Amino acid sequence: MSSTPDSSSPRPSARGRGLLILELDGAGGHPAAWRAARTAPAAVLTPGRLREVVLAVESAGFHAATFSDSPLADDDGERPADAAARLNALQRAAFAGPVTRSIALIPEVDTVYTEPFHISTQLASLDYVSGGRAGWLVAASTSSADAAAVGREPVSGGRLAQEATDAIEVGRRLWDSWEDDAVIRDVPTGRYLDVQKLHYIDFDGGNYSVKGPSIIPRPLQGQLPVLAPAGLLAPEVLAAGAVDALLVSAPTPELLAAELKETRKALAAFGAAGGPALIAELDVVLDSRGQGAAARLAALDAHTPWESPRARFLGSAAELIELLTGLLSSPAAGERAAAEGIRLHPAVLDTDLEELSRLVLPELRRRGVLAPAGRDGTFREQLGLARPASCYAPAAARAAAASAASAATVNAGN
Amino acid sequence: MTHTTNPDRAFTPSGQLRLGVFFQSVNSGTIWKSADSGSQTDFESFLRIAQTAERGLFSAFFLGEGLRLREHLGRPHALDVAGRPDAQTALAALAAVTTHIGLVATQNTTYNDPADLAHRLSSLDLISGGRAAWNIVTTDNAWTGANFRRGGYLDHADRYVHAEAFVETAKRIWDAWDDGAIAPSASADRWAAPGAVRRVRHTGQHYAVDVTPRLPRSAQYRPVLFQAGDSPDGRDFAARQADVIFSAHPQLEDALQFRSDIVDRTLKAGRGANDVKIMPASEFILGATPREALEKKAWVRELQIGPQQAIAYLEQFWGRELQGFDPDGPLPEIDPVVEETSETRGSGFHGAKARQLADQWRAEAKDKGLSIRQFVSARTSRGDSTFTGSYAEVSDRLGEYARTGAVDGFNISPWLIPSGLDDIVNHLVPALQERGVYPAEYAGTTLRENLGLATPARPDATADPAGPVDPASRAATARA
Repeated sequence: MSSTPDSSSPRPSARGRGLLILELDGAGGHPAAWRAARTAPAAVLTPGRLREVVLAVESAGFHAATFSDSPLADDDGERPADAAARLNALQRAAFAGPVTRSIALIPEVDTVYTEPFHISTQLASLDYVSGGRAGWLVAASTSSADAAAVGREPVSGGRLAQEATDAIEVGRRLWDSWEDDAVIRDVPTGRYLDVQKLHYIDFDGGNYSVKGPSIIPRPLQGQLPVLAPAGLLAPEVLAAGAVDALLVSAPTPELLAAELKETRKALAAFGAAGGPALIAELDVVLDSRGQGAAARLAALDAHTPWESPRARFLGSAAELIELLTGLLSSPAAGERAAAEGIRLHPAVLDTDLEELSRLVLPELRRRGVLAPAGRDGTFREQLGLARPASCYAPAAARAAAASAASAATVNAGN
Repeated sequence: MTHTTNPDRAFTPSGQLRLGVFFQSVNSGTIWKSADSGSQTDFESFLRIAQTAERGLFSAFFLGEGLRLREHLGRPHALDVAGRPDAQTALAALAAVTTHIGLVATQNTTYNDPADLAHRLSSLDLISGGRAAWNIVTTDNAWTGANFRRGGYLDHADRYVHAEAFVETAKRIWDAWDDGAIAPSASADRWAAPGAVRRVRHTGQHYAVDVTPRLPRSAQYRPVLFQAGDSPDGRDFAARQADVIFSAHPQLEDALQFRSDIVDRTLKAGRGANDVKIMPASEFILGATPREALEKKAWVRELQIGPQQAIAYLEQFWGRELQGFDPDGPLPEIDPVVEETSETRGSGFHGAKARQLADQWRAEAKDKGLSIRQFVSARTSRGDSTFTGSYAEVSDRLGEYARTGAVDGFNISPWLIPSGLDDIVNHLVPALQERGVYPAEYAGTTLRENLGLATPARPDATADPAGPVDPASRAATARA
């Protein structure tokens, strides 16, 4: 093992709860990653490569994978030299469903230029094909190319937040629009469905309206966990429980802990103290095969600089282990860790995933920093969330689910 | 416009049949009252049907779409199976666990954007290694539109004009990447060759598209196009745009007439006589002996249309509750309260002249001595599309379709999920193979290969790639 725990590092909790999520787009997070990939450039568009990557992520012990979407080349001007292509995120996640057994599958899905009714159906379907391992990373596209593709005007500012808020609300209501036991298959009365358990959602946010009910029964998880970048949604929307996890970014790794603390404080001020889990965002460039991280990054940046709003880690596996341990461990008994999870964006998937799975994850597991991986559970279970009753269910059913939920929280907190 | 370089002037029967399977998820055709009726939503059911079909060398696995939950007298319709996954999401998952079978997604041209839908279909085509297809459907009603940002916006009369402009825009999006556009190795200067991707712009009556298409061609060039419209406009649309017609004409004489009509229309559209394949919707009720098959048929019909479903069927046309009527008695003497039936329970029920129909049906049922239940069962079984008999009988009948070239194959709707294909694959397929009318192996790995479809020609270099597809001029051309 390349590193030994530093005596000054934060004390690992007795039983780890930290989640590690890998963003596994294309050849890697760096735009020039394809130049350092070990496969041909067009491989990113093949099912064989996708299968290999999701299996590698699962066998490395990650808890979840995210799948980016959005165009990689803008419509204006010449196509940048490093502009690649990617398959639809939801479809990549769906393909991974029957291939994998334990990782959560979280596609990024835009809320501005898409139909909320379609998104809701697609995500519910993803939950079925993955056996309850689906999540939704909410995006609100600011791309003028996205707008032009569907003949709409670009959306910005408060309208972006409104689009995202409305789409989440529609998605959640549609998922609840079939109560769990709506399919009754009652032969004596000839009824396949109990129509009392199907509900029109009658959403009208001023911008558009959606009638419902859904065209697919309630997802296996009841509600898919919803993730969103911190700052996209208004605090009162977060306080109302719109999302289950927030992705938190900071300019540097050193500033992440403080930013997480600030976010936590702001949530508490709006009465969402118990609220969304916090997931720190981190770009990762590791020393590999005798080449230093800084040199690797410089070589890639010489083609196209890696511009990202996230903190960037450059260094050895041992240093990264210390950083992740610090963010995921509770500083003292009974105290909450800075983050419930970390999403890593590897500069080059082939290179950095190899180092992560060989050196970083085994040591984090040994230290007891990570939640157990490899179980046939749902994504909600990974996040410590109980399965909620439908918001349209009779009060008694909702109360029962709520009490089960608080029991689950107590257990998870032990 | 794409066309083969030397279009065939005359139709030549291939002498072969191909099979597809339609996992319906909605409608009275699927039995849910049997102890063998499985889940309509668990992925295992989809996997079982798709993998069984692939064991039987089926060309296609087909999923439907309905963008609003069906209703009956103003409430969700309770009596039939309902609730199904998004077609492309389910098919992307099936792509991972199948290797040869085509994956056909029914998708609507009214409640999708062309750039988005074309992109997702491209993606499905690539993720499946060239096995994707799009079954093109149109909807115009505001009732369905109530689930979407735009609401209802399309006139019924405009639906094919709109759909055709949509499909032509999609084809331009699929044509936008040159072959070999992507760098062969990591040492190349650029990921994609300069100028290898053409921008697509289109401004139509109902939408505007301005997009640099995001994905290259697949192993089968672009998704295969299915279409099911049966009106003259629908047939012309298919003859111009589609690769496969999912037809409603399975009886031999009718199928031969339909073939001849489609061949004429296809030639008029400037395409070859063999360019459009025909696969009628069908149901198979089979047994080791003719008698066993007939007994099974009685059981299937009994479970497809129960007493409540028979009454509800009439209620949909009468527009009122008919709960007091005996399902085993005669048709109601009271009259419908609606002039015309609504779209809310599906297209099969839409736009019928209710009173006229009621008179007609009462006379017919009286004439044949049928009860409500018998009458409805006869009407909904689509008796025409059912092949009942022993494996030997039915494969002999199907051999006739192959020899005459009446159809290119059948798209089978199993009446039981998930075991409904087992006897077809275990017994009917080998009987067809013995008769030399069914393939012994897959012809290739793409859907286009396995349907015997030619690769579309490259777009005409002289055509203006950014030229408008104007619905009005298209309509004029279509009428000319």
